[in-house]
Amino acid sequence: MTATLVRAGRWVTGHLVMFVALLVLFYMFLPIMVVVLMSFDDTADVAYQFNGFTLANWSDPCSSYGMCDAVAKSLQIGLLATVGATLLGTLMAFAMARHHFRGRSIANVGIFLPMASPEIVMGSSLLALFVSAGFAGQLGFATILIAHIMFCLSFVVVAVKARLSGMDNGLEQAAMDLYANEWQTFWRVTFPLVFPGIVGAALLAFSLSFDDYIITNLVAGQSQTFPMYVWGVSRREIPPQINVIGTAMLLVSILVVVMAEVVRRGRNRA
Amino acid sequence: MSAGVDEQEQANPGVQRGPGNDLRLVSLSKQFGAFTAVNDLTLTVPAGSFFALLGPSGCGKTTTLRMVAGLEAPTAGDIFLGGQDVTRLRPYKRPVNTVFQNYALFPHLSVAENVAFGLKRRGRKKVDAEVARLLDLVELGDRGRRRPQELSGGQQQRVALARALINEPEVLLLDEPLGALDLKLRRQMQIELKRIQTEVGLTFVHVTHDQEEAMTMADTVAVMNAGVIEQMGPPGELYDNPATTFVANFLGQSNLVAGHVTRMRDDLVEVDVEGTTVLASRTRSHADSGAVWVGVRPEKVFLDSSGQTRDHGINVVRAGRICDVSYTGVSTQYLVRMPWGQELTVFEQNTGARELFRVGACVDLGWRAEHTFVLDAAQDAHAGVEYEDLGT
Repeated sequence: MTATLVRAGRWVTGHLVMFVALLVLFYMFLPIMVVVLMSFDDTADVAYQFNGFTLANWSDPCSSYGMCDAVAKSLQIGLLATVGATLLGTLMAFAMARHHFRGRSIANVGIFLPMASPEIVMGSSLLALFVSAGFAGQLGFATILIAHIMFCLSFVVVAVKARLSGMDNGLEQAAMDLYANEWQTFWRVTFPLVFPGIVGAALLAFSLSFDDYIITNLVAGQSQTFPMYVWGVSRREIPPQINVIGTAMLLVSILVVVMAEVVRRGRNRA
Repeated sequence: MSAGVDEQEQANPGVQRGPGNDLRLVSLSKQFGAFTAVNDLTLTVPAGSFFALLGPSGCGKTTTLRMVAGLEAPTAGDIFLGGQDVTRLRPYKRPVNTVFQNYALFPHLSVAENVAFGLKRRGRKKVDAEVARLLDLVELGDRGRRRPQELSGGQQQRVALARALINEPEVLLLDEPLGALDLKLRRQMQIELKRIQTEVGLTFVHVTHDQEEAMTMADTVAVMNAGVIEQMGPPGELYDNPATTFVANFLGQSNLVAGHVTRMRDDLVEVDVEGTTVLASRTRSHADSGAVWVGVRPEKVFLDSSGQTRDHGINVVRAGRICDVSYTGVSTQYLVRMPWGQELTVFEQNTGARELFRVGACVDLGWRAEHTFVLDAAQDAHAGVEYEDLGT
């Protein structure tokens, strides 16, 4: 009897880390589960209450008025901001990691500032900037895009720079030694090696842009992005179609992660 | 990525290839700020030879190599390959390839793609047969599809070698390529490298701090110290006839005893060492008057019990006392304290002809005149000693 208890006790302590891990995972995924579940709810209400099962939300997510326009705007801004921030940020990272120039250390600190300062501060100062520059009447897509590129840039620079500084520049010298000119060295050696860092930075930039509410809300004018739409409608009632978009985003990110893993494993096996 | 775009801009090595292209460095210097890494270096590496640049770390040997490769620009001087001045050519315009110390294999490419890299950059389309031939040469024929990081250190080293050799460069530069390998593998690779060099007949310039490595592989060894070449020649000549105390100590070990020249005979030099006359051949005398260092290699010295000296030594110094015996199996190393207080080293083969001497035994030291070398006393007798101990 005691022996059994002792053995059971040992089993529990032996698997304690796993229990804690499962609890933490449960804690993290519970809200997402609710979103997934609510995407099948058949009535819109404020209470986030499951009333009955339906596939109608999935078959016609745009039935909630104005939502798909907002999603489209968010996707457009997200993609453009990602391209802009990744391009600029990668170039900045190369400059800062590879070259010594006057003001490099100041630039290094400066690049961290947008990450460190509160969004509300950045948003209001951007608004003040746009208004004083005479864009008060034209707030909208362009101003949102400019703001998004601005705050995504720091993250891209930091991510790409980390990848670059971990890279041995002996590899580039080896490429030059093996008859590759500067252009070939960049495309054949440097870029493929930094590419994973750039992809990671781009994904981060996209999710930051797609997700942002505070800064966007301040510089958006009459435009409406998806987060702004969600905030707007949630005060009346929450259309279940919002949860469809949320679940779709989740599926896309899972797909991306799985694909990256498959590619990585396939490459290792080859 | 722009695959194909760069294929059109084929790198075009600027030097005609063909045998008989010596590598010549003329008054080459390199300064990093106030530090002179290479100081007015002039040397010729004959085509097809295995040339070793030997020296302690920081002596400028790697800098010299990098200047030949084009990865470092000389502060002054010129580099010629065959008749052509390559001093200002970009690295990819030189028919020179390097095996880097850390191999610098491309982690995102397979072993075969690594090896094919140089050929492809020069616009060759069909490279598979050539790559397979080179991988076979370095005995990695079945590893072409692997990534470099999946291979062991020794295998990576051979990939690096194949990647350089496939281009059939005029000169192959080896930057301590065996430094990261363990002792057994290193010996194996030394033999391998020498075999490949003989087989392909290219000029190899090998930088190393390992004197044994330099001596076993190279036809010509240049001993470098503080940015200048101390002495250059075939390994045997450097070992038997060192011109400076640095070479005497860095290349193997030496006993250096203070003396002064008393007389010059036809082909012999007489030197007084602590009251004993020691003879040295003139061809090995690098100073011919005044205070000198008299040198002899530890394995060239015979030990005999005091008063029983046989006639195999022309030079005999008497009344030493054994103060340390270390038995290494194949040989025994004695430390002998001389009457003037200096400790000399003697290596003796364990032939079993006679019992080992014990600590405290009184012995005479004898060696031949032709094994004696004489160096200028203005030099530090300990130059190069500490490095020898670090080397393996």
